[in-house]
Amino acid sequence: MSRIIVVTSGKGGVGKTTVTSNLGAAIAQLGRTVALIDADFGLRNLDILLGLEERVVYTALDVLSGECRLAQALVKDKRIKGLVLLPAAQNRNKESVQPEQMKKITSALTKGYDYILIDSPAGIEMGFRNAIAAATEAIIVTTPEVAAVRDADRVIGLLEAEGIHNIRLIINRVRPEMVQTNKMMSVEDVLELLAVPLVGVIPDDEKVIVATNKGEPLVIAEDYSLPALSFTNIARRLEGEKVPFMDLMAEQNNILTRIRRIFGG
Amino acid sequence: MMNDLIDMFFSWNTNKNSREKAKRRLQLILAHDRANMNPAMLHLMREEILAVVARYVEVNRDEMEIELENSERMTALIANLPIVKFKSSPLSEENHQPIPADINLDLT
Repeated sequence: MSRIIVVTSGKGGVGKTTVTSNLGAAIAQLGRTVALIDADFGLRNLDILLGLEERVVYTALDVLSGECRLAQALVKDKRIKGLVLLPAAQNRNKESVQPEQMKKITSALTKGYDYILIDSPAGIEMGFRNAIAAATEAIIVTTPEVAAVRDADRVIGLLEAEGIHNIRLIINRVRPEMVQTNKMMSVEDVLELLAVPLVGVIPDDEKVIVATNKGEPLVIAEDYSLPALSFTNIARRLEGEKVPFMDLMAEQNNILTRIRRIFGG
Repeated sequence: MMNDLIDMFFSWNTNKNSREKAKRRLQLILAHDRANMNPAMLHLMREEILAVVARYVEVNRDEMEIELENSERMTALIANLPIVKFKSSPLSEENHQPIPADINLDLT
């Protein structure tokens, strides 16, 4: 049975597309076949983050209009075996696709792939409706900020209303040094507020930006980084392995933060 | 490092814990979002509850709390109403039953 997982957040700019591309690559590296669907019609970005933008010929809309076969529209990632992308159309808007059409494409993909990850657009309108239509699981991406957490909560409510109860949380851009000085909500704080199970924590790391600059998923970068390990761990948890969560705080336990804690700054 | 230290000494007593503040604000915001109840309606409900309670006991309005609260995605209405005084009779003016006109007070 393939798994159909929508990656969504409500608020824009929290790292949905970055998570989708890196998580897809991490799952494929574990030996699974993965199809990534860019459901952000009109503002597609998944191809760029994967470094596949120059190889996009057809889009999901061309498949739907009968212009090409599904297999022709899929862009294979040559660096990672088993990873393909179904690009979104850039010259149309989010209303040009219907939930029923998304279901059709997704169910066709389940015949060839173990995982189908759907990168949802921001918001809770038509584009979001399309993205969740076929999904049976959801990954919510949030950051430890008030607006992001509030929107995440709203989206969790909407998913539950649509009958999607397998919902897990990724907390992105955590800055341990800020948490320790009480300037940022901790992973525990966010979990207590949202009350959905955690599947991963990704530290705020400049290596993530460097990887997107290059169009290269973190897990295939030469110097294996902390965020790359986060993504591999999430992939393993999705596979059912019990992987303990990294202690991001341990790294921060230097003299300066200890002094800071004494003064409560 | 030096800048961090200077920052720390100048800011350690101001704006101490924005983390707690964020969390507390979100607790309230999420409770309201999940209940799908606007502040005006919440206010009205609070006043009506207090009106009922006031018939029986006197409540300290400055210390009381009536709030929606969340835990584990369940919303509850939590009221904490410190009582100043118990009323000897639960009946206030509007609760006095009017005496029926046809009452028979005949003693014979």
